[in-house]
Order: sequence, then C-alpha cells, then structure tokens
Amino acid sequence: MKKIITLKVNNKEYEVAVAPNRTLTQVLREDLNLPGTKCGCDMGDCGACTVILDDRPVNSCLVLAVQAHNREITTIEGVADGPNLHPIQQAFVEHGAVQCGFCTPGMVLSAKSLLEKNMDPTEHEIREALSGNLCRCTGYQKIVEAVKSASQTMKK
Amino acid sequence: MKEYAIINSRLPKVDAWAKVTGDARYTDDLTMPNMLYGALLQSPLAHAKIKRIDTSKAEKLPGVKDVVTAKEAGLVKYGVSPARYDETIFCDQKVRYIGDEIAAVAAVDLETALEAVSLIEVEYEELPLLLDPFEARKEGAIAIHDDFPNNICAEVHQEFGNVEEALKTCDYIRTDKFVNKKQDGAFLEPQSCIATYDLNGNLTLTSSTQTVHYVQRTVAMVLGLPIGKVRVTKPCVGGGFGPKASANTIELVASLLSMRTGRPVKMTFTREQVFQHSRARHQFFHELTTGVMKDGTLIALKNVCHMDGGAYSSFGIATVYYGGSLLGAPYKLPNMKYDGYRMYTNKPANGAQRGHGGVIARAAWEQQLDVIAEELGMDPLELRLKNMMKKGDVTCNDFNMSSFGMEECLEAIRDGSGWKEKKGKLPKGKGIGVACGFFVSGAGFPIYRSETFHSTAMIKLSEDGGTINLYTAAADIGQGSDTVLTMMAAEAIGVRYEDVRVSSGDTDFGVDLGAYSSRQTLMSGHAVKQAGEDVRNQVLEVLSRNLKIPVEDMDIKQGLIIFKKGKVDFSGLRSQYIKEHRGWVDAPSGDELTFKEAARVAYFEKGVVVGRGSYKPGDLGGKYKGAAVGTSPAYGCSAQVVEVSVDMDTGKITIDNMTDAHDCGFAINRTNVEGQMQGSLSMGVGEALYEEIKFDAKGRVVNPTFGEYRIPTALDMPNVNAIIIESNEPNGPWGAKEVGEGAIMPTIPAILNAIYDATGIRVRELPVTSERLFMAMKEKNKK
Ligand code: FES
Ligand code: FES
Repeated sequence: MKKIITLKVNNKEYEVAVAPNRTLTQVLREDLNLPGTKCGCDMGDCGACTVILDDRPVNSCLVLAVQAHNREITTIEGVADGPNLHPIQQAFVEHGAVQCGFCTPGMVLSAKSLLEKNMDPTEHEIREALSGNLCRCTGYQKIVEAVKSASQTMKK
Repeated sequence: MKEYAIINSRLPKVDAWAKVTGDARYTDDLTMPNMLYGALLQSPLAHAKIKRIDTSKAEKLPGVKDVVTAKEAGLVKYGVSPARYDETIFCDQKVRYIGDEIAAVAAVDLETALEAVSLIEVEYEELPLLLDPFEARKEGAIAIHDDFPNNICAEVHQEFGNVEEALKTCDYIRTDKFVNKKQDGAFLEPQSCIATYDLNGNLTLTSSTQTVHYVQRTVAMVLGLPIGKVRVTKPCVGGGFGPKASANTIELVASLLSMRTGRPVKMTFTREQVFQHSRARHQFFHELTTGVMKDGTLIALKNVCHMDGGAYSSFGIATVYYGGSLLGAPYKLPNMKYDGYRMYTNKPANGAQRGHGGVIARAAWEQQLDVIAEELGMDPLELRLKNMMKKGDVTCNDFNMSSFGMEECLEAIRDGSGWKEKKGKLPKGKGIGVACGFFVSGAGFPIYRSETFHSTAMIKLSEDGGTINLYTAAADIGQGSDTVLTMMAAEAIGVRYEDVRVSSGDTDFGVDLGAYSSRQTLMSGHAVKQAGEDVRNQVLEVLSRNLKIPVEDMDIKQGLIIFKKGKVDFSGLRSQYIKEHRGWVDAPSGDELTFKEAARVAYFEKGVVVGRGSYKPGDLGGKYKGAAVGTSPAYGCSAQVVEVSVDMDTGKITIDNMTDAHDCGFAINRTNVEGQMQGSLSMGVGEALYEEIKFDAKGRVVNPTFGEYRIPTALDMPNVNAIIIESNEPNGPWGAKEVGEGAIMPTIPAILNAIYDATGIRVRELPVTSERLFMAMKEKNKK
C-alpha cells in the first residue's frame, strides 16, 4: 500500500505517494527527479547517497522515504544559491577535489554539515567527518584541502 | 622553458561545476520515455552443467515484456583479445563461476523484472570445482573450457639475453616468492547502460564505459549489426580503473532486449554484481631470481609467474605478457627470462586494473632489490640510482626510453623526504622505504590487429566564430581528459579555455581507443593538437588573403589576433561583424581583432570550418612474439618514499608520509597530474594493506560490499608530497606522457620496504593486514 508523505527538500515541499519499502535515495532520484544524490552501494557503506536530514548527514539509502515524512532534507541540488556556488563547492572546483565526481555530492554535504557545526575544523576533524564517504579517485587530499579552504572563506 | 597561455597551469576542470552542483549526469541518472528495466539471472553455482531452463512462469508474469536465454541470444563468442574469445552473452551448456549469466528479463519496472528472474527455473548438474589455479593445471583436472584441456588459458615464454649463463657470472643471486590477492576496481559508480533500438535499425547504447570504440565493435559483432548502425556514447562515468575497459554483459543484454522489444532498456549492476563481474586485478604468484655483482650492478632476472585468471580470458592475454615485460625497466638489465601462465578457475574473471599486469611483479621485485641492497651493504636508494636507465636507453625487451626522468625522480624523493636523515636512524616501529616504477604511455597497438588510428579529433568553429567545438571519442572517466584536451585545443589555436566546448566519449565523434593503458593525454592529445593547429592555420590563411598580410606576420593569443608587424586596419571586418550581430550581447570591441571576427571571415569563405587530427604511433621496437604488449611511444616513471609506523603489539600499520615524484613528460594540468598521483597512491595503499576478495569453498565471493572489502578512507591516507618531474617527451604532444597508472607502481613495494625497516619483517603475501603482520611478528619472536 502506498502512503502519501510530505518531503521538505531544499526548502520546497513535495507530496508523494510512496511504497513503504522505497528508500529516500530512490524517491529523491526517481520520484522527485533529483538524481544528484548518487547510489554507489545501496547498503550504507559508501556515502555517495549522503543528504542532510534535519541537520545531520545520513546515508539516504538506509532511510526509508516514509521515515523522512515532514522532515527537512538538503540534497546537492539545494547547496548552491542559484548560480552562486556555495564556498565548499567553489573550493572543490578550485582545488581539484573532483575527479569522477561520483562521491562529490556526498562529500560536499558531509563537509557542509561539518562546517555548520565546526567553523574551524582541524585536518583530522575534516578527515573524520568525511570518513564515511569513500572516494576511489582522489586519495582525499585535495578534498580535505578544499574543505579547509572553504572553512577559511566562510569565516570571513 | 617556453611560456604557454593555457597548458602547464592549474585551470579548474571543465566538468567541475556540473559535478559539484549535482547537475552532472551519469548513466543511471538518465531515463528514456517508455523505458524498460532489465535484470539478469546469474548462476548460484560455480561449475555446473545446465540441464534445463524453464522460463514459462517468468514470461507469464504481468509486466514482463521479454525473457531471453542463450537460445534467443545466440552463441557468438566474444571477449577482449580476438585470440581468446571465450564468452557468449548467456551460458549455454554450463556455468563457470557464481554470477555467470543464464537469462535476462525486460519488464516495466525493476521489481517486476527481478520477480520474473526469480521465477525462471534452472536445473543444474554440479561439476567438480576448480578454485585453485595450481589444482586447475594438474593432470586430469576437469576442463573449464573444452578448448583448453589443461586449463591454461595462455602461457608466455620469453628470454632476452641469456639468463642461465649470466647468472653464472653473478656474485650474488637470490630467489623470492610473492603473492597478492584478487582485487576489485572499487570505482564508486556501478556499471549501468541504456540501450535504445529504433525503427531505422540504429542502436544507441549509453553506457558507463572507458572505451566506447571497443564496446561498439563488440556489440555490433555479437548482435550481428553493421558497426555503423551502433552508436556507443558515455555520459559522466564514475571511475573505471580498468574493469570498464571492455564490453560487459549488461551492454550486450540491454541491446538485445531493446532490439527485441523496440523499447529502451536500462540495466544497472548492484554492488554485488560489480564484484561478481570483476575484470579487475588478477592474483599473481611470482617467483623471482635476481643476480647482481658485488657493486650492485644488476645482471639477470628470471621471473616465473602463475596467474589465477578466473572463468574467462577478459584482458588476461595482455596481463600475462605485462606480468613479465613490465620489469624490463627502469633499471639497466641485460638478461631477462620470463615464463608466465594464466589459468582458468571457477571464479569471476580477472582483467585489467590500474598498472595492468605490472603492479604485483613490481612489488615483488622492488622488495627483493631492497633485500639485495641490504645483503650487499648498500643504501637501497643508491642501488637504484646506480642501475637507473637514462633517456635514450633501450631495454633488453626493446622499449625505447625516449625520455626518462628517473634519476630526477629519485633525487627529488631523496631530498623531499629527508631520506638521508631518516634511513637507518628511525626508532623501532618506525620505518622508511623506497621503490621505483615505470609504465607505458599508451599501448602501442590496438587490442585487435589493425591499421586503425588510435585517436582522431575534429574541431569545428561555430558560424559566429565565438565557440570552438571539440569532438573526440576519448573517454573522461574522472581522470580529466576532457579538461586536458580542452586545454590542448585552446593552446593549439590560441584561444581562451572558456571558448572551447568539448564533446567526447561518443563513437559518432570519431575513433578513440579509449581510457586504458594511460594513453589519452599522449594519443588523443596528439590528435587534438593537430586539429587545433589545422583550424588555426585555416583561419589565418583566410585572414591573410583578406587583409593582405602574410600568415607568418600574424599569431593568435588569448583569442586575439596579434599582428607582429604593427597595427592593421581591420575596421571593415569589425563593422560588418557588428552589423550582422546587432542585438547580440557579445559584440567584439577593443583595439585588437578578435579570433571570433577572424573565424567569421573563414566561415564566409568556407562555409564549414573544421580542423582534423589523427594519430597512431610510428614504428615501435620489438619484433619478438608478444612485443605488442608493452611497447609504447613513451614511458612515464616514478619513485616513492613511504614512511610508516607499526604498532609492535598489534601489527597495526599507519602510513605517516608519502613522497612521490613522477615524470609525466610535461604537465598539461598540474592539479590533474597531482590528482592522478594521489589517487594512484591511495589505490596502492588499499592493495598493500587491506584489499582482498575472499571466497568460500563453493566459490562464492564472501565480501562483495564496501563494508567488508575495505578501501582506504580519508583517515587512512596521509597527505602526499607530490613532485612533478618534466622530462619533455619527444613523442608526446608538448612533451607530455602518462601519469594515470605509472604512479601506482612504486607504492606497494615502498610500503613493504618501510614495514621491513620498522619491524625487521619481510612480508611476501598481500595484503599486509595488521593480523598478517602480527602473526609474522609473533613467528619471528619465537625464533
Ligand atoms: S549508496 Fe548509500 S551508502 Fe552507498
Ligand atoms: S572523485 Fe571519483 S570517487 Fe571521488
């Protein structure tokens, strides 16, 4: 039996009818046409599907869509302010933190969630905050540098 | 060094904006109207005869549009090397590994397709299992493929110089064995594709692939379509590292289902299917015998290698050659003998992964060289410097080091890491290690025998002259070829980076063999450079006729025409341009004639302004059998120093520092080069310390998840001191050559050598998990 739920995604309300076994990843990608959220494993292991749910980064493949009913969700599509990139996104571009880009949406959201709580994280704190997001391409260094640099920009 | 306007800089990647905002589209993000979803039935047994397949229940399930087995798909054989086509779309008589494909369903949604798959009945008769490659080649073992009665898929025997004679002259000889475990590519994006067959008989296949060209050929051949009727295109690809470099099952199955149903069909692997499909790093068993003189001069190397190939050949024929040929450098080595054997087993097929075939051989040998240095009382870095090849040297197996900054690499890491202050002076539990490596800059020959160009490029100017469209079939899989080729086009023409718009990864754009063997910067780069110069010359020639100024007196820089001999009156051209574009926002202005205006003049004369480029390597060395694997127009090389800490109570290893120098000839994009180095090193760290595909007694992969197949996280990787060495390769565009794969070569042995320095223990089995090291330390303490 499908259930009607309300999802508040990127400051917009959506009413959707979902089957109870559908994950938030699936509903975002397929029903709301927001495929920026990636699915790398569908098992909670890789972090590619990270979204921010009520101020906390979560693996959306582990969240049932019905569990997100009436809650605030930020996906990668909601990070930039129109044509203006968020400082984290800008830093990712400038520091070469993006290779294949499949981990990037999740990385950006994990970083955003970190910097919202901790304006001036140490390198270790950054690495810890990103440790649930796997990246096979970059070796993480340029991602960490980008987050560090974004934190400096955001303080100003 | 010459100053360049665009290349050798740190421009952001062309696709970075799309990728940070979530706008970038990967295959599984795409849908087509009326699209069906495909699902596979795969074998639950590793070796069995198929007695009966009954698809009737699946066919009756509402929502199912098609069910196919070998009966419908046919039995055309395919694979990677034409010499070993040993796969069919579906298994016919027997299955050879857990995951082997038996049937597929197309249905209106994925759930229905999966349910239908579960309704297909298959009756099996189990056959003896062969999971161990040494068991597989024993007399009397059952043949996994009828054509290969002893299960040896391929063997190689090569000798350069005379190893037995040479060994007799050596002061010191030692033999060591080394083994790794089967690995996984572990790219983040699972393979996915959408096939669309239209009423005109054209098939468009959108796929997460590294090689649109090879996929096009394979799909056309297996499905009996003219090559020209098959178009393969890739959107963004979420990493590949080798396993996506050949046609896969879902590409063929989705195409077949689309042809039969007349509707688009999407198929996407689950993460478990990625592990089952595999085609990643083989398991290698090396036995190396090296002979040297007292002063450390290398004299001879004997290399015997057995490889666990898995159920099919995939890239294996090339792999078994690379397992030998990639030890021919970077040291002067007059005598080398190689015997390689690749065995079939009832496991997922192994193929190519970053550093194809050479990574484990390199790990084994560089560790052995470390032992030899110690036995001779030499600094291991000095031993390497002493034997190092130089620019212009040719290896015993005929590889020409047309540029080779190996010595510079070694000196850079020695000084950059503080080697002299640290080597031999670190406390127990801390260690430092060094290793070197080299790699091809593009396979010298295509996978199938052919006179084909390896890369073509086309540059077409928009009629207003303002946009430069670059078309290439090269594949950006994250490594940044779109960026590098865009920069090259802009540099060759003399325009700005943002004036060039790249369209790539599509067989309609030309021929490019794709992203494998670290070939695109050099090979696709040559084609793009040529196409850019062609366009530039065409525009200047027209302009020359128009303004009556010799071509030599003009230049193009940053999108402006430079008149070398002083001011020229071009007001006629300008006012015409402005008149024609009244109302547009980008009217040319300023004191200089813009490229846009000049290109518009060329358009008036020619209608179509297209620059063309095509590249294939010239004559490469090596006339012996197998010389095609390893010969390349150029070779990249690198050296690394790694520092580790080992917890002497638990065996836990922490990588503290990595210093890496890589000779990429000339860095087109410095940030990208560093990114390739850092990424290679992290893959090496994973392979050295964690990564191992495990099987149960039935041949099932027991850890097909990122939870249990562990790759490095942000907490495992240290920062890398990445040092770029530029040796100016004469065969590369602007002197550029590879970095994407060569950089992984020294990583594993440098870690092993550092572990030894910290603990006194030589580990000859990968991965060096803390458990394995702990047991080895315990063993040693007992003695
Ligand atoms: S897709 Fe959700 S964690 Fe991997
Ligand atoms: S950029 Fe490819 S996985 Fe991170």
